[in-house]
Amino acid sequence: MMATTPHTTELIGSDRFELHPDDEAAILREKEHYEQPQAACIEALKIVQRRHGWVPDGAIMAIGRLLGLGFAAVDGVATFYSLIFRQPVGRHVILVCDSSSCFLTGYETLKQALVEKLGVDYGATTADGRFTLLPVCCLGACDGAPALMIDGETFGPVTPEDLSDLLEGYE
Amino acid sequence: MSGSTSGQGNPLRYHSRIRQSGTERQPETHPLTWRLRDDGEVVWLGEYLDKDGYQSVRRALAESDPQGIITVVKDANVRGRGGAGFSAGVKWSLTLQGGDMPRGYLICNADEMEPGTFKDRLLMEQQPHLLIEGMILGARANNARQGYIFLRGEYVEAARVLNRAIDEAREAGWLGPDIDGSGFDFDIAVHTGAGRYICGEETALINALEGKRANPRAKPPFPGQSGAWGRPTVVNNVETLCNIPAVILHGADWYQNLSGNRTGDGGTKLYGVSGPVAEPGLWELPMGVTGAELLDRAGGLRQGLRLKTWLPGGTSTGFLLPEHLELPLDFDSIANVGSRLGTGLMMAVPEDRGMVSLMRNLEEFFARESCGWCTPCRDGLPWVVKLLRDLEKGQGQAGDIELLDKLAADCGPGLTFCALAPGAAMPLETALRHFRQEFEQGIGKVSGDTRGVPDRVAADAPANNR
Repeated sequence: MMATTPHTTELIGSDRFELHPDDEAAILREKEHYEQPQAACIEALKIVQRRHGWVPDGAIMAIGRLLGLGFAAVDGVATFYSLIFRQPVGRHVILVCDSSSCFLTGYETLKQALVEKLGVDYGATTADGRFTLLPVCCLGACDGAPALMIDGETFGPVTPEDLSDLLEGYE
Repeated sequence: MSGSTSGQGNPLRYHSRIRQSGTERQPETHPLTWRLRDDGEVVWLGEYLDKDGYQSVRRALAESDPQGIITVVKDANVRGRGGAGFSAGVKWSLTLQGGDMPRGYLICNADEMEPGTFKDRLLMEQQPHLLIEGMILGARANNARQGYIFLRGEYVEAARVLNRAIDEAREAGWLGPDIDGSGFDFDIAVHTGAGRYICGEETALINALEGKRANPRAKPPFPGQSGAWGRPTVVNNVETLCNIPAVILHGADWYQNLSGNRTGDGGTKLYGVSGPVAEPGLWELPMGVTGAELLDRAGGLRQGLRLKTWLPGGTSTGFLLPEHLELPLDFDSIANVGSRLGTGLMMAVPEDRGMVSLMRNLEEFFARESCGWCTPCRDGLPWVVKLLRDLEKGQGQAGDIELLDKLAADCGPGLTFCALAPGAAMPLETALRHFRQEFEQGIGKVSGDTRGVPDRVAADAPANNR
């Protein structure tokens, strides 16, 4: 006879993940801003990600339990938004603006230099776990193009020659 | 996203700024930016109050009912600065209120993600109270009980500044219960997003605010009838709301006169220029300045470059030619030549830049950012990208350009829930119209059928059957 426990519960290890008490409190505070608890879902994912760097399966379940949402509802949201990471990322995330103003001012050269320097392309993390490289929508820094963002800070204009000094600050 | 300190003090760190000095930016002529500091620091509450801050709220709450505010905004013809150009006063007049109608929401669309657009960031990062003031007026006009600033997740600095400014305003009694002793209550929360361009579409934005995937909703009902959690909801762009305080304080005629006789659209506009120009940046100028005047402000193209084409306000607007630089940059003049004013931030394209590769970059953006809800957008845009990549490599086939024409038409207005696909179609359609020869040059350089379809005579292939 088949196990009665849904195999997904075991697979995703929901029993092994617990929200940090501070995170749980922050999510509950966020909930107060809205008419319905579901609205805190995106912020909850961001809160978890701030602590762990990414959002593991167990956290999806935990957030669902806290906000009264199913796994699919939370994961549907988590996988929709580009700044929510559903797999581990490096200690620092580099977002390269690939929109048209940056394209017109040479982002492709900059991106190529980054790829050569880091040895990884978009969607990958360096072997030492230091950097993850991702593309991003127009960063709204078009008068400083080409622009990129590292851990929430925007830089631009950035030339390939700037990269060594710029990345040095991130260990 | 968490802010790190590793980049602080780094000279490469990006700082938003206005290109005009304080001596040019005067209260009578520059309602959006006259309070900005030359040193680029934030104008906090004390300084804001010294510079006539919140006077429009004091006056409106004491003297006007919601209808009174709506009438002035409608008479001033404040047109939406997020790109669509719809009259803010008309939008507000359609919000359900009164009787048994529950009080709803005012949402500020601060999801600035239209490629080439960097204006709202400046207003939020350096002058947060003007937006808060505008939101209070909008809330009063629309009987909203709660406001949200839907801020894109990457605007970390703006989130910091806005949250502190909201706290300041609340402590001083400009937010919360009984604002300025008027009996009116209203508060604001900042909702930060987690990426995706589609969140800027107002109904997708409401879904995102509710904690759902950001798919657009069918209209009608419009948000003013049934928006966030089914309540009447108004969504206005940052710059639009920042226009309201001066309109209330100085009146519709004053606002109309700001643009002189350049255009029927009143007020000023936070215009900008990006691309390979000498001095890219932002300027507050009378609505209806010409493209040539704006490009002059940016010092023209970088040395050795000549202008080939330009986008008037983001990548979802249509390409214009150098001859169109003489037109006023207002909503109707630009629409009359087959484009849109959009956000009013010009992107300049130099002559040495190939249109096929530029379009490939641009459509890669739209294809990636499609939310996947509607078939023409979800399936059509990746197809467009594939064709453009082939053309860029010289591996296009006969019929490809006609197919692009058809795909652009299939993504046009009215065939999808929202404006993302039409926004992707307009630059494509105009690029094909103005620079068709460049696309044709991408066909047939490589012999044979490069797509591996056997026994197909490329020249005979019907354009709509591939």
